[in-house]
Amino acid sequence: MKEKTKILDKEAINRALIRIAHEILEKNKGTENLCLIGIRNRGIYLAQRLASCIKKIEGKGVNVGILDITLYRDDLTLVGQPESGLAGQQPVVYKTEIGFDVGAKNVVLVDDVLYTGRTVRAALDALVDFGRPKTVQLAVLIDRGHRELPVRADYVGKNIPTSKRETVEVRLEESDGKDEVVIIEKE
Amino acid sequence: MAWIRKDLLGLEELGKEEIELILSTAESFKEVSSREIKKVPALRGKTVVNLFYEPSTRTRVSFEVAAKRLSADVINIATESSSIKKGETLVDTGANIEALKADIIVIRHNASGAAAMLARRVNISVVNAGDGWHEHPTQALLDIFTLKEKLGHISGLKVSIVGDIAHSRVARSNIWGLTKLGAQVTVCAPKMLIPPEIEKMGVKVSDNINDALKDADAVNVLRMQFERDLGTAFPQQLEYFKNFGITEERLKKAKKNIIVMHPGPINRGIEIESSVADGANSVILEQVTNGIAVRMAVLFLVAQAQEKIAFSG
Amino acid sequence: MILIKNGLVVDPANNRNEILDILVDGIKIVQVAKDIQREAEEVIDAGGKIILPGLVDMHVHLREPGREDKETVETGTLAAVKGGITSVLAMPNTTPAPDCAEHVSLVKGIIQKTARANVYICSTITFGRLGKELADTLTLKKEGVIAISDDGVSVDNEELMSAAFKKAKESQILVICHCEDKTLSANGAVNLGFTSTRLGLRGISRESEYKRIKRDIELAQKANASAHIAHVSCKESVEIIRDAKKRGVKVTSETAPHYFALTEEDVLGYDTNKKMNPPLRGKEDVRAIKQGLSDGTIDAIASDHAPHTDNEKDIEFERAEFGVIGLETELAVAITELITHKILDWTGLVNKMSLSPAKILGINKGTLSEGADADIIIVDANKEWVVKKEDFVSRSKNSAFLGRKLKGIVEYTFCGGKIAYKNEPRL
Repeated sequence: MKEKTKILDKEAINRALIRIAHEILEKNKGTENLCLIGIRNRGIYLAQRLASCIKKIEGKGVNVGILDITLYRDDLTLVGQPESGLAGQQPVVYKTEIGFDVGAKNVVLVDDVLYTGRTVRAALDALVDFGRPKTVQLAVLIDRGHRELPVRADYVGKNIPTSKRETVEVRLEESDGKDEVVIIEKE
Repeated sequence: MAWIRKDLLGLEELGKEEIELILSTAESFKEVSSREIKKVPALRGKTVVNLFYEPSTRTRVSFEVAAKRLSADVINIATESSSIKKGETLVDTGANIEALKADIIVIRHNASGAAAMLARRVNISVVNAGDGWHEHPTQALLDIFTLKEKLGHISGLKVSIVGDIAHSRVARSNIWGLTKLGAQVTVCAPKMLIPPEIEKMGVKVSDNINDALKDADAVNVLRMQFERDLGTAFPQQLEYFKNFGITEERLKKAKKNIIVMHPGPINRGIEIESSVADGANSVILEQVTNGIAVRMAVLFLVAQAQEKIAFSG
Repeated sequence: MILIKNGLVVDPANNRNEILDILVDGIKIVQVAKDIQREAEEVIDAGGKIILPGLVDMHVHLREPGREDKETVETGTLAAVKGGITSVLAMPNTTPAPDCAEHVSLVKGIIQKTARANVYICSTITFGRLGKELADTLTLKKEGVIAISDDGVSVDNEELMSAAFKKAKESQILVICHCEDKTLSANGAVNLGFTSTRLGLRGISRESEYKRIKRDIELAQKANASAHIAHVSCKESVEIIRDAKKRGVKVTSETAPHYFALTEEDVLGYDTNKKMNPPLRGKEDVRAIKQGLSDGTIDAIASDHAPHTDNEKDIEFERAEFGVIGLETELAVAITELITHKILDWTGLVNKMSLSPAKILGINKGTLSEGADADIIIVDANKEWVVKKEDFVSRSKNSAFLGRKLKGIVEYTFCGGKIAYKNEPRL
């Protein structure tokens, strides 16, 4: 593994989140019936940050939930695929914490990187088990392309064209001790 | 920490980290049962066979609910409705279930070691739902899960297990699990119901119920099965209740918040007083609820280990 | 004539432990000497190998008649000669049991037709081994029976056992005692103690064995009869026998290889091939058994070869049959455990596995004397091999040593001057 380039630093991440917060408010005409649900792990912190941006802008808080999509993954029932390079890795199940009713709400799913779209597919499946939202929107910090499912983000911090040999790593203060986004190349 | 075992046969063979992984996974699964739609697709397309050679509604139903909440298909095979009575061997039955392309066998058997034997002979996962007097790992895990939920930790707790220790798989699994997690365990029973050299499992032995309750943070009351043919050395029901029954009177001398557990089904007035079973210290029904979460976690983990899942984005 | 050259001859009956040649003519050994210069039809170079008298196993279940699916006289004796055993005592728990002249002659007929080694008959103490009525020992003796035993069970009735010893004394026949008080072993499956607690199985106490040994020794002493204690497994038993011998009681005893090579911990995991009666005991017991072997308390090593089919072993532990096969592994287990760890030297080993059992049984075996029957084995003592199911010639495969690496392999077995077994590489 070789770290190639830093594409966002702390300030850039901040600016992207503030812009996304504005866009969310604009599209949903304020905070009414709005809620954010972060997808584990880094989506949680991004959702919390977006919520605090919204609070600063509107003066009103929004509900933030946590979604663990492990149990909805489409590869759970597949036999290990060595070519994925991740065979033998075992998903760990964490808690989903959605302490509010999502029925008839405008739900913004928040994740760090949009890649194949499979995580979002799983998140949508999980979400409907909790109720019937009015709309579901998607906010991501990075969209790196290479979609395998018809999924599109409503809010994107930065589009980064990548090759499949590369990995995009989002590092956040809360989980990694610092804010940055880097591209890593598999050697 | 990753789970690598295809089977769950007992707690004796598990390490502390493995037990903790099951418990933390169960915590996540407990939330699923609180949802409106109590079902996740984690084991969609998998088949779980409940192979029960002993009547047990409670454990069987708990496994069935757990499997169904994971979207698995469940088939129940009980002694009265199968070829078991016609003398098919356990190995043959296992091979047949495997040939049906089932993924997990949950086995309850009256012979100690039956689950281990089956596990050696099939490639699919085997979960021990109680084998003879040997182990009943999911019961102990749900007991420990409940304790941890109530008290926040296991290490340093004083737990007394009261009842027919000699013939109890629940006792053995609890002892292994609790001691591995750092609890101090006391077993309490009439001498004839204490198996030889049980101290080597790391427990204290007492034949005085008041001593066993005195400093205990929790007491696990075992079901007394007087109907079993255990020979003449078995105590009389009334005498047992008089000397070892968990009564309000006795609990008064124990810690105020002592947790009272029972694996069920309870014999009111035999090993436990009705008012205690229903009282404020009792967590008996919470144990039942937690049983589902624990069994979901176990089914999920053994299925994962079997599949050696690959994650691709 | 067969000439075996340059082997290390270990023959305690003649105080021999040196490199010698052995000349066999017909069924007899005709000469044992240095560098024999004779023309022979077959000359075998045993250089670097050890030459022993054919082993005598005084506790073997051949299962025929009655359970030919487990073993027959033919398959059992083929297994024996592969293991270096040229004489076996066939235990009487067959159907029918050799408890009367008619049944004994039935067994004799089978032996005559099919045996590949010397088979001696142990008949029963009581009719049908039921512990109710004594068999006619005198008649049985005339039929050629050399010992009596109700092996598999003990004669619970003390008066009856007492009478049995008296009768045995009159008939000059050996009583082999299976010592087990079933009221104390109580349907157990493993050693009583931490192992039975851990496995959740009923335990078989040491007490159930040694109390009965004590009783049988006392009864034998009163009758001034000879008692031989079968399959000694625990420390207390060794002590009781040692004490009796000191007091001059005519008692001898045997143990089986699994009682000095394995412990109760080998049962963890519920391997039914580790289930036998008496059960595998603790480390201290193993130490005591070894001590008993080296100080002479235990006279003999016998396999207690107990074949069972897969159907009877490949089931739940508590339902599986007791017993393991041993003919094909006992010498190697003894070399691996006793010679390597200097519990016994080669002379001691030959004593325990050949000379002593022959003496106890009163048979003219266990020696390489000139004029003796040419029952001879050639052993490669250093060759290591792994016990595999497919290599057994016994009809049953229930060995407690499957997968174990053992040292010492039989290269040749001569029984009555004929090559009964030769170790040839498999094609």
